[in-house]
Amino acid sequence: MIKTSGLRKSFTVKKGATVDAVRGVDLDVTEGEIFGFLGPNGAGKTTTLRMLSTLLVPDGGEATIAGADLRGDPGQVRMRIGYVAQGGGTTDEVTAREELVLQARMYGIGKTEARERANTALDAFQLTEYADRPCATYSGGQRRRLDIALGVIHHPRVLFLDEPTVGLDPQSRAHMWDEVRRLRADGMTVFITTHYLEEADALCDRIAIIDHGTIVAEGTPDDLKREISGDVVTVGIEGSTQHAADLLRDKDDVQRLETIDGGLRLYVDDSSTAIPQILRALDGAGIEFGKLELHRPSLDDVFLTKTGRQMRES
Amino acid sequence: MKPFRDTWLVFQRQMLLVRRTPIRLVIGITQPIAYLLLFAPLLKPALAPMGATSYADAYRIYVPGLLVVLVLLSGLFTGFGLLAELRAGIIERSRVTPMSRFALLLGRALSEVATLMGQAVLITLLAIPFGLTVSIGPLLLAYLMLALMGLMASALSYAVALVIRSPAALGPLMNTVSQPLALLSGVLLPLALAPHWLVSIARWNPFYWATNGTRALFAGHVDDPSVWQGMLVIIVLTVLAVLWSTRLFAQRVR
Ligand SMILES: Nc1ncnc2c1ncn2[C@@H]1O[C@H](COP(=O)(O)OP(=O)(O)OP(=O)(O)O)[C@@H](O)[C@H]1O
Ligand SMILES: [Mg+2]
Repeated sequence: MIKTSGLRKSFTVKKGATVDAVRGVDLDVTEGEIFGFLGPNGAGKTTTLRMLSTLLVPDGGEATIAGADLRGDPGQVRMRIGYVAQGGGTTDEVTAREELVLQARMYGIGKTEARERANTALDAFQLTEYADRPCATYSGGQRRRLDIALGVIHHPRVLFLDEPTVGLDPQSRAHMWDEVRRLRADGMTVFITTHYLEEADALCDRIAIIDHGTIVAEGTPDDLKREISGDVVTVGIEGSTQHAADLLRDKDDVQRLETIDGGLRLYVDDSSTAIPQILRALDGAGIEFGKLELHRPSLDDVFLTKTGRQMRES
Repeated sequence: MKPFRDTWLVFQRQMLLVRRTPIRLVIGITQPIAYLLLFAPLLKPALAPMGATSYADAYRIYVPGLLVVLVLLSGLFTGFGLLAELRAGIIERSRVTPMSRFALLLGRALSEVATLMGQAVLITLLAIPFGLTVSIGPLLLAYLMLALMGLMASALSYAVALVIRSPAALGPLMNTVSQPLALLSGVLLPLALAPHWLVSIARWNPFYWATNGTRALFAGHVDDPSVWQGMLVIIVLTVLAVLWSTRLFAQRVR
């Protein structure tokens, strides 16, 4: 649905000084997925998005979006995508309904149809209650929902969302995730940037991690984390752990094993097959065991291994 | 057809904003009205050198000058609005739609012109009790000339705003440009009183021609040469200014 190769962009900041904001990005986003673009501040997320949405002309590289060529046919790209900027773009003096009708009209939709679409969108994004109030009076969450409603009023096939949940409280954030999932259920491909690891993890089908303008990792959140070290299982053992350790060390799924206070920590390839195996072995040998916990390596670990830095610090 | 439909759409939208914040209209109009009231008693003697023998004559000279100042100065400051909308992401939102780029700018400029014309009509009406008399045909032509001046000033302001990109720099720059432009078109002080060298400089100012044309129209002299001269100068410059600003907009707004 989105395919890019070697996309790049530099900015001239002062005379002679340039910033290489994006340095060769290759992406392949499949139809109907929520694709996360994860990276710290200044990584080049917005710049990439602005290129893909025709706002910025790339310095080099190619891209096809929903079947339209970015360089050759930006007009078609515009018809097929929706774009919600990092800072939104609503006008304080007008109402949500007016903004929605205007937005639909900007896509060439007639007046009556535009009004119907505005009604549907107000309903879908739970804005009906505030529909006729000026945007200046909206809360952050309401405003963000309106931004997205505006981005999808023309039923685009691809939606670009730039950091849709920044500044929202956990509840509004969860609400926003539901909206995004609903859009995917309607068949839309959603390309979302974020610098929240949990968000990428919980919401996205696949993610790409970008740092200093280059993609450092790509895959499903689970794959990426597994690539690091598999899963981590801790199991509490009553009494001596020696016997249990000897028993489990040779199991296929267990990569590595450590004795910890009151139990064992096992590094496994895939917990879904390893856990039954562990339990069966312990049970079969008559070993009493207590609490069993599963830890997955976080995306933070992924970012750390790929860049040598922790994302939260950068 | 599409550029026209799009322009109309942008125009309607901007007019909606004007209706929502009517205070902007009032602010723009207070200065000209103050001038109208304050200078009323001085007008006849002051404008006698330009051939004013009655108050009606005086107002036919004075009011068009006032209106030229209004469209010129207000028009030259419309770039601020554009910069604010760029900053707020409102323009970016319309740029990801298939809207014509030309329309995004022209629709805005035209809404500024419409606002200015509303103010111009109001000032004209207010001047009638003071003794202004005009015939409707020439008056409409004068409004056309004023509208073109407003469009040109607004397009210029947009273009300059797009080049310098900073509201802090735009204000002083526009002040520096607009004051001499206004004075050298003889809008408030008649250039008939000016020394010869000043008049020869003024002849290079397009607004000097436009002001003379507007005055002739208020006086009802449609066949006065200053009318077609002023109209020609303004049409050419308006077309150039609009082309320049729309081109800059398509290229520079990134
Ligand atoms: N118009 C511009 N002119 C100059 N430099 C720019 C411009 N836009 C972006 N940059 C620079 O390019 C780099 C990438 O910026 P970008 O906005 O794409 O980052 P981002 O990943 O979206 O960050 P954030 O999470 O803070 O939004 C930054 O170093 C930024 O300063
Ligand atoms: Mg960004």
